[in-house]
Amino acid sequence: MKIIYDLPKSLKKVPAHYCPGCGHGIVHRLVAQVVDELNLGKKIIGVAPVGCAVLAYDYWNFDVSEAAHGRALAVATGIKRCLPDNFVFTYQGDGDLASIGLAETIHTANRGENITCVFINNACYGMTGGQMAPTTLLGQKTATTPKGRESEKKEGWPLQISDIIAGLKGVSFVARSSVSNPARVKQTYGYIKQAFGKQIDKKGFSLVEVLSPCPTIWQKTPYKAGRWVEEKMSKVFPLGIIKK
Amino acid sequence: MKKKFQVKIEKNKCKGCGLCIAYCPVKHLVFPKDLNKKGRKYAQVNKENKCIGCGACFLICPDAAVKIYEEK
Ligand SMILES: Cc1ncc(C[n+]2csc(CCOP(=O)(O)OP(=O)(O)O)c2C)c(N)n1
Ligand code: SF4
Repeated sequence: MKIIYDLPKSLKKVPAHYCPGCGHGIVHRLVAQVVDELNLGKKIIGVAPVGCAVLAYDYWNFDVSEAAHGRALAVATGIKRCLPDNFVFTYQGDGDLASIGLAETIHTANRGENITCVFINNACYGMTGGQMAPTTLLGQKTATTPKGRESEKKEGWPLQISDIIAGLKGVSFVARSSVSNPARVKQTYGYIKQAFGKQIDKKGFSLVEVLSPCPTIWQKTPYKAGRWVEEKMSKVFPLGIIKK
Repeated sequence: MKKKFQVKIEKNKCKGCGLCIAYCPVKHLVFPKDLNKKGRKYAQVNKENKCIGCGACFLICPDAAVKIYEEK
């Protein structure tokens, strides 16, 4: 019997702590698959966020550093500048990247650091129990917007952070995808590979945003959470390549 | 000759999210009545193997519990 769909070597064979149906696990596997494919195993250094993916280093078979909340790209900048021949990427949630770490995110991108960022947008703070994130949709109920997010004079609009980053000069590649169905998972894999390729070619900052279901906080079944990404979230955050 | 495939799901890694069951185009995957070691529902293949090797269950599994083999 020949194996045709096998797990990547860069992914440890341990069960992850994520909730059933959480998109983090899928993206972990995709990153590991790209690392295997591009043969980065010995050269790669990841930076893990604070958020549900805080234990990402327990699931990957390569070096991963941890950063304080929001500071992954600042830590990655330090690593990359000291070790320019290594491959450096960050893995961050929307609260981490677009809220507490907004300054680090914008300036790392604007400096054109040759780093790749994998950005998980689940429209909430998952780990701390479902508070509003900058990416929360209008009308979406969260622990801090119990009546739903309102725009004017209250919580503002969902932050299109990837589009803002795409407008900066130092940025070589920005794309948005989702992991809401098998076809989208394949697309996300392709984008991560392209973004990693930009760093290998020394083209500057690259980012892939992944719309990722958080069934627990959204209080939906895993399948319905995926449908919600397709029907609601991808209307606000359109999928595709934003900058190439 | 028609190709044959075998899906293998790691019972105790599965958290029973049901995504593979929802996306399998030939309904090859089901929830058995019992629970796994962690006390969760888990996905397994049903007896009748109509698998076409599309990889949907592998791609959508958040817990890296699925592998697919081609029979020789
Ligand atoms: C300096 C600091 N402030 C606040 C927190 C609390 N905190 C932990 S995780 C988190 C939100 C993470 O949300 P996100 O980045 O969207 O990741 P998710 O859990 O949704 O994957 C917060 C506010 C912290 N750990 N450190
Ligand atoms: S709270 Fe949400 S993001 Fe965090 S592990 Fe659970 S499903 Fe995933």
